[in-house]
Amino acid sequence: MSAALREARLSSSIRRRLVHGGLSAAAVLYVGTLVLAPLGGIVWAAVKGGWSTWTSTLSQPDVLHAYLLTGVITGITVVVTGVFGVVVALMLARDRFPGRGIVSAVADLPLAVSPVIVGLMAVLLFGNGGWFEPWFTAHGVQIIYAVPSMVLVTIFISIPFVVREIVPVLQELGVSEEEAARTLGASSFQTFFRVTLKNIRWGLLYGIALSTARAMGEIGAVLIVSSLIQGRTETAPLYIYRAFEQNQDPAGYVVAVTLALVSIVLLAAIEIFKRREEKGLQT
Amino acid sequence: MGTPTLLRPSVPSSRKGAGPRAAVVARAAATRWGLRGTALLYLGLLVALPTVAVVTRGFGSGLVALRDALTTLGGRQALILTIELAGLTAGINVVFGTVLAYVMTRYRFAGRKLLSTIVDIPFAIPTLVTGVMLRALYGPNAPVGGFLLRHGIHVIFAQAGILLALLFVTLPLVVRTVQPVLLELDETEEEAARVLGASRWVTFRKVVLPRIRSGIVAGGLLAFARALGEFGAVVMVAGNLIGKTLTAPVFITELLSQQKPDQAAAFATILFGLSFVLVLVTERLVRVKHREAA
Repeated sequence: MSAALREARLSSSIRRRLVHGGLSAAAVLYVGTLVLAPLGGIVWAAVKGGWSTWTSTLSQPDVLHAYLLTGVITGITVVVTGVFGVVVALMLARDRFPGRGIVSAVADLPLAVSPVIVGLMAVLLFGNGGWFEPWFTAHGVQIIYAVPSMVLVTIFISIPFVVREIVPVLQELGVSEEEAARTLGASSFQTFFRVTLKNIRWGLLYGIALSTARAMGEIGAVLIVSSLIQGRTETAPLYIYRAFEQNQDPAGYVVAVTLALVSIVLLAAIEIFKRREEKGLQT
Repeated sequence: MGTPTLLRPSVPSSRKGAGPRAAVVARAAATRWGLRGTALLYLGLLVALPTVAVVTRGFGSGLVALRDALTTLGGRQALILTIELAGLTAGINVVFGTVLAYVMTRYRFAGRKLLSTIVDIPFAIPTLVTGVMLRALYGPNAPVGGFLLRHGIHVIFAQAGILLALLFVTLPLVVRTVQPVLLELDETEEEAARVLGASRWVTFRKVVLPRIRSGIVAGGLLAFARALGEFGAVVMVAGNLIGKTLTAPVFITELLSQQKPDQAAAFATILFGLSFVLVLVTERLVRVKHREAA
């Protein structure tokens, strides 16, 4: 091998390493500045206030009620979007009918709608002069500016997550296992619970974790349809929002960090479910 | 078929010709229609009906409400500003998101899995908390924010803050749209190009880029659509300066607090009509790509 060729090889290998290192550094630097630095910032801000800020914030009845309300709304949302999400996904994956594309688009629509607009929708339906307002007023049921509408808007926003996770899994699985179960005499219910649900479980859990994260942090829509009464219709995000409006930044930081912690735990769960799902599809 | 003892009691035998087979068919049909009915009722009541309500309320009296909304102080500027910032967000994240996806699929290095998890953080963090995080880092009392402020750089209550919030929220959308396309790509073609003497950059431009272009476009459009409507992250760092820091979603809340639901509905229809069309286009792009790969 001539010296010139060897030199050319060497320089190309050095150049490749430079490109490799440069691209990796750019990627890590971008993620570090954009995502990790703010995360560090909020932890610093929450720790700065000291232990007393934590105890005084977390012992406020308003804060505890805000956590409780967020938990209740998230719980209802997850159950509703989980159960009906499976139904919608089954129909989209297995059923052939005219207008299937439209139904699929409608199921995706909440992803495209600004949360503020979702709140506006609820106001237009249940607020003054809304389509359903006369009926609910006549029956003495308060929907808007109360917890029911807060639940409704959160459900709206979380609808696509479970559906989008399960439809591809169902399509990939096919129907042969279900048909085998039915041929062997299993009823529709048995087939669903023992075969279908078992096969989609990781995808379902992944979708549920995503909708939990989304429901827990919802602010835009809830801000519009809540009456914003402390200890009554104030969720954890609404509490944070008010804390900063009223210049109680330390309390706001503490509650924000607790929400961030919960979402990091959810993220870890999401990663596990995703890996399980990929493994399940391979075998 | 089987002897009477094997027949299930649930099989209807009153009608002539209705054997066990007919019962199975009837049960399958009942299940199918039950599923259809439940799914359509669920989506219809919860998604389609509210959407129709916004459109009819906003455009029930023609274009009057929309004209009112756009001539309301700051309305038109809010729409333009939001589109500009969303475009900038999509542009920046398309570049860095593609680099990230490329690095994560083609290079092996320590901490690759951790990087992948960190990219997903914005999916899980509540959007309002994102805004709070930016305040904690770039606020006037924070070390970084104080430093920047002394050098005349405003982040919080300025466009830079809104841009950072939008970049944070949309980053995983681009990475997770481009990455699967890169994974499906056959690496032997890249190797062939390299063996034939193409440089790394030429290989990327001539071999990789044409294949992942629709994935990149889809990711960019998704990011753009999401950025148009983002509220939680933006509200903590945006001011209310017309044409400077008043975004379209914040403007909608202002219209509502001014008791102008019709104008808010018209304005909202324009905003979500735009992002809905974009989401539909991306779905199509991604699906076509999948079919080509299969």
